[in-house]
Amino acid sequence: MAVNYGSKRIVTGAHYGLRDWLAQRVTAALMALFTVVVLAQVLMSKGPIGYDQWAGIFSSQWMKVLTFTVIIAMIYHIWVGMRDIWMDYVTSSVALRLVLQIFSIVWLVGCAGWAIQVLWRV
Amino acid sequence: MTELVSAAKAKRPEYRNINVFKDLPSYRLPAAGFVSILHRISGFLMFLLFPFIIWMFDTSISSEISFGRFTSVFEQGVWIFAGWFIKLVALALIWAYLHHFIAGLRHLWMDISHSATTKEFGKSSAVVTLVMSIGLTVILGAKLFGLY
Repeated sequence: MAVNYGSKRIVTGAHYGLRDWLAQRVTAALMALFTVVVLAQVLMSKGPIGYDQWAGIFSSQWMKVLTFTVIIAMIYHIWVGMRDIWMDYVTSSVALRLVLQIFSIVWLVGCAGWAIQVLWRV
Repeated sequence: MTELVSAAKAKRPEYRNINVFKDLPSYRLPAAGFVSILHRISGFLMFLLFPFIIWMFDTSISSEISFGRFTSVFEQGVWIFAGWFIKLVALALIWAYLHHFIAGLRHLWMDISHSATTKEFGKSSAVVTLVMSIGLTVILGAKLFGLY
C-alpha cells in the first residue's frame, strides 16, 4: 500500500469525504426530527398561537436539550455545506478561500452562541 | 468504429469551462439539476440570514413584550424596512427551508434505496420536490400576507 502519511501525507482538498458525508446525513436527520417535533406541537395547539404556547414548547428540559443538540448539529451541517461552496467557487485564491472559511466559522459560532443564550432564557 | 459512430451523430455543443454569463442562460438544466442548484442557493440564503432567524427566535420567545415587538415588525416594519418587506424575507426563508428539507429527504432516500437512483425516478422525484416546495411556499405565503 502506498505511503500516505508523514511527509507523503496528502494535504490538499477536504479528504474527509466519508466522515463529512455521513455527518451531513446524521445532522440532517436530527434537524428533520426536530422540525417534526416542533411542528407537531404547533399544529396540536388550539387557536392562534400566543406567547405562552410558543414559549411553552421550549420550556421543558428535554426540549432544551434537543434544541441545543440541533443547534450544534446545524452549525456543523452548515459548515460542511459552506466549505463545499467555497471549495467549488473560490478557486483563484487560496488566501481568499481561507478568509471566507474563517468568516463562515466565526459567523456560525457567533450565531450558535446567541441561539443557545436565547434558549436558556426561556 | 468510434469515428464512424461519432460522424453519424449530429454535432452537439460542447461545454468546457462554463461561462456564467455566456453559457448559463442557454444551458438547459434537467429538473434534478434545478433541485440541485436550488438546494445550494437555499442553503446559502439560510446561512446569510442565520442572524435574522435567531433574531426572530430571540424576540418571539424571550418575553411577552418582545413577542409583541416580534409580531409588530411584520405589520409596522422595523428601522428602514417595511412590514411587507420583512414578510417577503420570511417567505424567502420559508421557501429555502421547504426546498432544502424536501430535497434533503430526496437525498436520504437515494442514499438508502437503489430504486430511487434510476433516471426516471430521479426526474419524477425532482419534479415532486419542486412542485411541493413551491406549492407549500405559495400556500404559506398567502397565509402570511393574510389572503385567507
